[in-house]
Amino acid sequence: MHGSTTDTVLKISNVTKSFGQVAALKSMRLDVRRGRVHTLLGENGAGKSTLMKILAGVHSATSGEITLDDQPYRPANPQQASALGLAIVFQELSLCNNLTVAENILATREPRKFGFINDKALVARAKAIVAELGLPIDVTEKVGNLSIAQRQLVEIAKGLSHDAKVVILDEPTSSLSDSEAEILFDIIGRLKNRGVAVIYISHRMEEIMRLSDDITVIRDGEYVSTHDRNDVTIEALIALMVGRRMEEIYPPPIHDRSTPGAPVLAVERLTRDEEFADISFTVGAGEILGFFGLVGSGRSEVMNALFGMKNANGTVRLDGKEVRFRSPAEAIARGIGFVTENRKEEGLVLGHSVGWNISMAALPDFTGPFGFTRAGAERKASAAEVGRLAIKTHSLDTPAGSLSGGNQQKIVLAKWLLTRPKVLILDEPTRGVDVGAKFEIYKIIRQLAAEGTAILLISSELPEVLGMSDRVVVMHEGVVGATLAGTDLTPETIMAHATGFQS
Amino acid sequence: MTQQTAAQAAFVRAFKQYGGILLSLVMLCVIFSFLNPRFMSVVNFMNILQQVAVIAIAAFGMTWVILLGEIDLSVGSIIAVAGMVGAQCFAFGLGFGTALAVTIVAGALMGMLNGVLTAKLLLPSFIVTVATMGIYRGLVSLPTNGAPAMIDNSTWTAIGTESFLGLPIIIWVVAVLFVVNQIVLSKTSFGRRAYLTGGNREAAIYSGIKVDRLKIIIFMISGVMAAISGVLLSSRLFSAQTNAGMSYELDAIAAAVLGGTSLAGGVGTMVGTLIGALIIGVMNNGMNMLSVPYFYQLIVKGLVILIAVWLDVRAKQAKR
Repeated sequence: MHGSTTDTVLKISNVTKSFGQVAALKSMRLDVRRGRVHTLLGENGAGKSTLMKILAGVHSATSGEITLDDQPYRPANPQQASALGLAIVFQELSLCNNLTVAENILATREPRKFGFINDKALVARAKAIVAELGLPIDVTEKVGNLSIAQRQLVEIAKGLSHDAKVVILDEPTSSLSDSEAEILFDIIGRLKNRGVAVIYISHRMEEIMRLSDDITVIRDGEYVSTHDRNDVTIEALIALMVGRRMEEIYPPPIHDRSTPGAPVLAVERLTRDEEFADISFTVGAGEILGFFGLVGSGRSEVMNALFGMKNANGTVRLDGKEVRFRSPAEAIARGIGFVTENRKEEGLVLGHSVGWNISMAALPDFTGPFGFTRAGAERKASAAEVGRLAIKTHSLDTPAGSLSGGNQQKIVLAKWLLTRPKVLILDEPTRGVDVGAKFEIYKIIRQLAAEGTAILLISSELPEVLGMSDRVVVMHEGVVGATLAGTDLTPETIMAHATGFQS
Repeated sequence: MTQQTAAQAAFVRAFKQYGGILLSLVMLCVIFSFLNPRFMSVVNFMNILQQVAVIAIAAFGMTWVILLGEIDLSVGSIIAVAGMVGAQCFAFGLGFGTALAVTIVAGALMGMLNGVLTAKLLLPSFIVTVATMGIYRGLVSLPTNGAPAMIDNSTWTAIGTESFLGLPIIIWVVAVLFVVNQIVLSKTSFGRRAYLTGGNREAAIYSGIKVDRLKIIIFMISGVMAAISGVLLSSRLFSAQTNAGMSYELDAIAAAVLGGTSLAGGVGTMVGTLIGALIIGVMNNGMNMLSVPYFYQLIVKGLVILIAVWLDVRAKQAKR
């Protein structure tokens, strides 16, 4: 490409950004070099998003200097940023579900003929982009019919279809399974070979150590340090990021688990056509039962059926009695809680207050004579949960949507804790949450187990499942591949069952 | 926080929420009193309140529906059906109490049909209520072949014409329904469920809220409110007209939206809707007193609605 492959392409010096009185960024700097992956590491709220929005032309810096190829870089809007050679793949999906993959990838840049969109050329060009990236996706499919993971890959293809000098990937793997993440890592490798600089944002430490060339840690809107990947350890990075030493990523169990509690939930041969078949497992009081499987293995579908969202055949016993929930209301009334996978879609009402969100599932408990809300009792209970889970919020009346990802996730947890569940289903409870908040959420899960709650923990992160679970149910293509415990709980065995290489 | 500052905070919040539309209302009143000195009088304001009653009550029902992220276009037709049902009850020799009950039940059933079609058949409420708007409007003419039906029950007609404790009965009805709706919306679990479901339907379902049932009940509330509007309108006219309440659904929607109810769902109050209805009432009354031709009134009303909503949206954006 152009000269040496180690020269600086994007240089950020002393950049600050204030919103009114609040300083979001204080003297930020970053040197991004051609053909290298530069990871930006920091807790949620550290200033990563603000910095990325400045680069994307959404915000402008209050002071400081940014240069791209030694030219001052001050994009007025995202279109300009993209024209100057910066591609951003945002964490939030920005696709139109009612359009095809091809239409999304080439949105606003569709090939035209006499002013009309040339469909043939559109499909051909999109196919070429997808093929170059090696994505297993049909470009004529509607985005709405794709899985979340596939959509994320489309989002990436869209971002990379511009000829970019610098590509920013903001938590691109948060909804990808390991095999899909491999596709992405492959793409990143190709970008590097083409001399493109990649700014990478992720909370997954293993992934960061594997991909990065350079790692910059930021904290509270300030630059902390930059390291060569080979000169630093995960523990050291976490310590720098949180500003304190983290003894362990997964807190140890706080109660004796050698004698399993009485079975609370027993599921036998649960089956739903085309989604899952013959799912059987039991979970006891105080037990954490992990569920691992690749995206599409049917984990979330099983949980939805257990929660009364969908019909399924088979038997479910709660405390020994057979139950069949026709709605989530019935499941909740019998003591089941469900922290769903997508907190913004199914977990929270973002526009409403923290207090309303916390009391949402326990509303029948706060309803007095004539249907009046017992507002005093409700506020007291919600405030207690805010205190217990250390949710950082200005007040109970603050809109839930204005809190950070970790605190939003804690609100969802608080909502279910308030219903005092016997069985708590946790579907990806730490997705998009920073390391500090993750640790706190793990501690809460341990505490609940110690109090006798039976926990079903679904996760795409193998270390999380291994670090937290007593036993693990591995799912593969809608069936239980294996239920593992004790010495069988190794990454290798779990992955073998999850991918179906071992039967 | 001391009592006084808490009260101040509540005042500031109320001003931020309703300041824009209250200002619009006051400005309209000032303009009309300059143009016509007779506008600013107790008698005329009583008049406005009575004129606005039919719209305001329908708008209370509409606020529930919009709060849920739905729409009810059949309100105007239900108003007409209600009047006709009342008239027919009297034609069959029923008493006032029975006639009123039958009328309100008829409103509830019409609302229920809207709700069931929307919630259970998963049809968009816009389409469902466009269809039932036509169906209900057609039903009005069935008993009389399109002719108006006279109402001679003195209790029924007294509602729209007589006073109680110095205030027209019609204003008492609006006041009571306003208070009841506002209390149910802001103080009960039912109201909370409506806000939560309008804010995020999926999250509401996962939190155990029976969204389908809630939707049906809310369309029933809208039907009942429209039926009460129909009772008031027919009592003022001493008759049931087949074209009664024509396009009132649009005024009801305008009142709710002027009052800050979000068409996206999850946001709105009865206080706002009442102010919104008053703005529409003041405009109608003021322009009538100035003998502005009807077609000009339509144009001015449309423009004022656009400007008021624009001011409101701008004020809310500026706060961010």
